[in-house]
Amino acid sequence: MSFLADVWSWFTDGSNWSGEDGVPNLILQHLQVSAAAMLVAVLIALPIGLTLGHLRRGGVLAINISNVGRAIPSFGILIIVALTWSPFYTPPGFGWVGSWPAFIALTALAIPPMMTNTYVGMADVDAEVREAARGMGMSGHQVLWRVETPMALPLIMAGVRISAVGVIATATLASVVGFGGLGELIWVGFKIGDYAEMFAGVLLVAALALVVELSLAFLQRLLVSQGLRRGGGRIAKEIEDVDEAILPAAAGTEVPRPGGGMAGG
Amino acid sequence: MGPLLVLGQDLQDKWLDWPWVSDHFDLIWEDLRAHVELTVLTVVLGLLISVPLGILAYRHRRLYPPILGTTGVLFTIPSLALFMLLIPWTGLSRTTALIPLVTYTLLILVRNVFTGLDGVPDDVREAAAGVGLSSGGRLVRIELPLAIPAIVAGIRIATVTTIGLVTVTSVIGQKNLGELMFTNGFQRNFRTPVTVAIILVVVMAVTFDLLLLLLQRLLTPWTSRRFQRATA
Repeated sequence: MSFLADVWSWFTDGSNWSGEDGVPNLILQHLQVSAAAMLVAVLIALPIGLTLGHLRRGGVLAINISNVGRAIPSFGILIIVALTWSPFYTPPGFGWVGSWPAFIALTALAIPPMMTNTYVGMADVDAEVREAARGMGMSGHQVLWRVETPMALPLIMAGVRISAVGVIATATLASVVGFGGLGELIWVGFKIGDYAEMFAGVLLVAALALVVELSLAFLQRLLVSQGLRRGGGRIAKEIEDVDEAILPAAAGTEVPRPGGGMAGG
Repeated sequence: MGPLLVLGQDLQDKWLDWPWVSDHFDLIWEDLRAHVELTVLTVVLGLLISVPLGILAYRHRRLYPPILGTTGVLFTIPSLALFMLLIPWTGLSRTTALIPLVTYTLLILVRNVFTGLDGVPDDVREAAAGVGLSSGGRLVRIELPLAIPAIVAGIRIATVTTIGLVTVTSVIGQKNLGELMFTNGFQRNFRTPVTVAIILVVVMAVTFDLLLLLLQRLLTPWTSRRFQRATA
């Protein structure tokens, strides 16, 4: 009980909330590098996934990238970037990404789930639906933007959520190899044996991950057309081990679907 | 870390230093063995919890959303946080590493057990009841066997995910391939162990994945194309 009292007094101690190592600044650091990595990863993964899915080409590639991506340990990628660049290295023009090495690792990890889910979502749109759209006189472009993309959106957003949760988790781990962020409370607290600080960090990190996941779930609700609730298509059913977010869609369930292969980062 | 950093300096630029690998074969082997052990233990424990939970959710549908919601929230929590969570109580033991690892498998496994059972066609279920099987008999002799492909698909995802997560347990002192990456690699500013560990982790993940796929083929001969053609 006294331990929880220690954690409580850590939270109510004003000095933990100000300055460079204060909670607000650490959250800001965490979100800055995560958002930068997600932005760049979206700009790379979505155009490729949309194009390949629209053309129905390169499916084997898209699926395999996701499977290999799951097998590569994100902790290993973090250590590789940590042994490649100093934590303070920033190439000119990249100040906005926060920590450059962490940014590179997070971006690389965020791309595969989004690319695969986008591809599967697009390729899964029924041929009859596409032909009907064509028959109505739509051009290839119009089919892409007005039929396929909206129908693929639930899976695309599932991919975005998998990546985002993985990025937040891996950014936490990045503190262990010296890149700052909210994980610093956990890691520094652990190193110096201040378990109250460590535990406070655990609670803050868990809360941040949940807030990000819930915000994206809310965004998905806003974006996805009501007529498209559920009903995973053919390909999602055939490829049993596409990213797990697809499975509930295939099963026709309506439940939270956080996280993905890169859960722990 | 200062003096070690200097020691490692001359090797720093090489990503693979073969003499180090052959000199440390025993260490690498030990870490690989421990990695396999922790992974298998995690997935087996995960299954022992998930199969009953999945069956429960299948029999009592109202329980499915809360079970999936809870495992989903746990799945969202970053690994560093979950691995550190129990330290104040269980210290740097294997239990501290094992509980979060098992927790992370639950979402994937419970969902796939449920999906597999739920996918059994109604006419199959009715036929099984028609030939006089009790509800327990139907579960064990009809529904679970038909759910095997989905369950094994879940085991494959859970296994590959666990193999990656086990590396993180090195930060709480567990000895496995993560130890090669973190303690021998990062903390000594020495790249070779990192390369070796990542290659072994990927090879291990691919090997487990293929073995599980093979296991599924052996357990469910009726899903093979040859069998379907023969009975068509």
